[in-house]
Amino acid sequence: MSQPTEKTEDGRIRCDACPVMCYIKPGAAGACDRYANHDGTLVRVDPHVVLDRTLQQGGSVVPFNRGGGDWDGKLVRGPETFVTAIGAGTTYPDYKPAPFIVSAEVDGVDMVTVVTEGIFSYCGVKVKVDTDRHLGPERSLVRAQGEPVGHVTTGEYGSQMLSLGGVHHLTGGSKKEGRVTCDTLLELSNGRAVELTIDDGATIIVQAGRPPIVNGAAEERMRVGCGSATIGMFAKQWHGKVDEVVVVDDHITGVLSEHQAGKLLGISETGIHMKGRRSTPGRYFQVAQPGTGWGGTDISDPLSILGPFNPKAARPGLTMLMVSTTGEHFAYYQLDDELKPVQHELPPALQQSIARIEENCEPALCTVLFMGGAGGSLRSGVTENPVRLTRSVKQALTYVTCGGAPVYVWPGGGITFMVDVTRVPENAFGYVPTPALVAPIEFTLRLSDYEALEGHMDHVRPLSSLGVDMARRQVPGHRDNPWPFAPEGAKRSHG
Amino acid sequence: MARLPQIALLPDGRRLHLQDGPIDLIVEANGAAEAVRAAYAAAARRFTGLLDELCDELALLRASARTDGCALQGPVARRMHDAVVPYASETFITPMAAVAGSVAETVLAAMTAAAPLDRAYVNNGGDIALYLAPEQSFTVGLVDRPDRPGLFGTSVLTAGDGIRGIATSGWRGRSFSLGIADAVTILAVGAADADAAATVVANAVDLPGHPAITRIPARELQPDSDLGDRPVTRGVGPLAPAEIDTALAAGTAVADTLIARGLIRAAALHLAGETRTVGLGSDPTSLSVIPAKAGISMASRAAGGPRFRGDDERRIAEQGTLHA
Repeated sequence: MSQPTEKTEDGRIRCDACPVMCYIKPGAAGACDRYANHDGTLVRVDPHVVLDRTLQQGGSVVPFNRGGGDWDGKLVRGPETFVTAIGAGTTYPDYKPAPFIVSAEVDGVDMVTVVTEGIFSYCGVKVKVDTDRHLGPERSLVRAQGEPVGHVTTGEYGSQMLSLGGVHHLTGGSKKEGRVTCDTLLELSNGRAVELTIDDGATIIVQAGRPPIVNGAAEERMRVGCGSATIGMFAKQWHGKVDEVVVVDDHITGVLSEHQAGKLLGISETGIHMKGRRSTPGRYFQVAQPGTGWGGTDISDPLSILGPFNPKAARPGLTMLMVSTTGEHFAYYQLDDELKPVQHELPPALQQSIARIEENCEPALCTVLFMGGAGGSLRSGVTENPVRLTRSVKQALTYVTCGGAPVYVWPGGGITFMVDVTRVPENAFGYVPTPALVAPIEFTLRLSDYEALEGHMDHVRPLSSLGVDMARRQVPGHRDNPWPFAPEGAKRSHG
Repeated sequence: MARLPQIALLPDGRRLHLQDGPIDLIVEANGAAEAVRAAYAAAARRFTGLLDELCDELALLRASARTDGCALQGPVARRMHDAVVPYASETFITPMAAVAGSVAETVLAAMTAAAPLDRAYVNNGGDIALYLAPEQSFTVGLVDRPDRPGLFGTSVLTAGDGIRGIATSGWRGRSFSLGIADAVTILAVGAADADAAATVVANAVDLPGHPAITRIPARELQPDSDLGDRPVTRGVGPLAPAEIDTALAAGTAVADTLIARGLIRAAALHLAGETRTVGLGSDPTSLSVIPAKAGISMASRAAGGPRFRGDDERRIAEQGTLHA
């Protein structure tokens, strides 16, 4: 469709993108400014130039005809409507063509989306739990309703990681283990809360996109860093505004004047004396007991972690800021003539740094990624030559989505992908009694590429043929997701 | 496969964006939620196929308007013809000079027929059709350089003003101009009238034969331009203050004539930082719709060109050429 139908001797081409049918000179654009003549070929100047201008106003375009009850659905537009695989049905157990192979014209290019629900025996979820609390030793079993459903895996920055599901728990253990594992995966993938217990560890309630509840207490914020890291991050902002800073932290309390960051800035000794066990300069372990006070300790008076100032280095009038790793607690002091800290109001110059610490604390969340691999029958539903689909995905000719959400396709063999379940429409996942999970998967590619990989061309049908009598659920597009027909518009590199 | 327009709400959830080929509309209606929904549905329905309707008669629309009758069939095409025919006996003009305003008017009419609204507008790249129920008003922002969007003034249009069309044109805009104005904004009873007049007034702001002005035959830029070999402005070098005054005076003279003939209500002309306003009463200081500091430049839009939306970049429209 995008190829010029006519070309003249002097290099002009005739655009057939719309009925205006402009003649376009080499290097020039048509009346719409969207199509141009590039060396004799009709090209989109910028696939979404108009929408991009819209996007400059902030946010994504909300497809008008997918606004739930706000639209009568009669004016379904190819580029504005993307058919997901949710509820589409599957190719299993026969090697039959996918239930929907839907074509649409996007920017003048015929696109096809192969829509199916995959049955995933090889699947699971990876759960990231934002907490510094100890949930349990690595490799410990994670249980639901007493049944093993996964294990604690390698911890990450500020987070504990769980790996749940997989073929061994689903089908390799007892019948009950398989059923409970399937239930757990289904609940987590559909965004619901699940209670898990960890052998030799904690009981936690996990729900995608929500703060974890560890032994009955909800985590709220991830700290900006440990006390020492906080000193490093903010040393420059404090330099010249205050003589000493103590960042109170149950893990590592930081002291500016002794810390490497303070030394590099030439900050003088202050004669401060910290309680607790000194690790390296300016870093102290165990200044107090764990608790719910300042920086995850049990203290409410920060001066309780200080000994007397050393008169050889300290001087009257010396100023000191004490702050927790979330910025939730802070106090400002000045030494009196007897070198005793006396609390004063926080000077405006330091208020900004406190606000900055708070601003940099991210909310503690559980995040759930569904991970699964597309097997033989699913790929056969797309093409009569399944390996070509794999190759097409690896060559980025085919864009894979899960319920319209972008996926990360693992390199190497097969089509093994991960998706953030919060970006998939609700209740997108199902199960079969095998037990195995059912997840939506869509493959979007050019019609010509689909033909080249021996797709089921005789089953391609236009989007407009999906009648209104079908029980179709129209949902708004997820704001953070790239539009599946225009994945180059992705705002985020991950997921 | 059938080509279908893009129909989407903008991120604010209020305004509707309709796009098909070279036509780009920003639409907003105010009123009861149900009425707004019905109006948007009507707009989408009317817009679907509208471009095809026009293209069916494109050859005739690109030809010089005839004063001895109208052979055009489509209602939008006939509206275009009606808007340009007052000028056809004295100058070369094609119905395409009013296409943007006519499309805006047509879509607006479909909306107001579908539901009772407080007010509504259809902004076709700066050529705007307005609807105001009694007691309602719009704040209108004016731009002096379509290529460098920025509001230099705002003013209020009320239901009683009788102004339902605004159009802005200039050689820096999307379509070709025979004149040198940076922008001309016209207020008129209808958007199609404003659109056609913007073309005529903008063409009049000129310094024929001036060496600082670069002109290129339209056909060299756009092979199927309805302007054929007529030279269109592609560059304006430095001008002396007296020259700017001369060019603007030529434009205001034409604008005054159009006001006297009842074709437009007011005009703002802008050239090289100088502005002139005319219309809405004999006392120029009493202009209620165009602030005194409004840049008046007589931008001339060429008598046609393959132009389906107004000269202002859409961005202007979205940044608030009109706001509620």
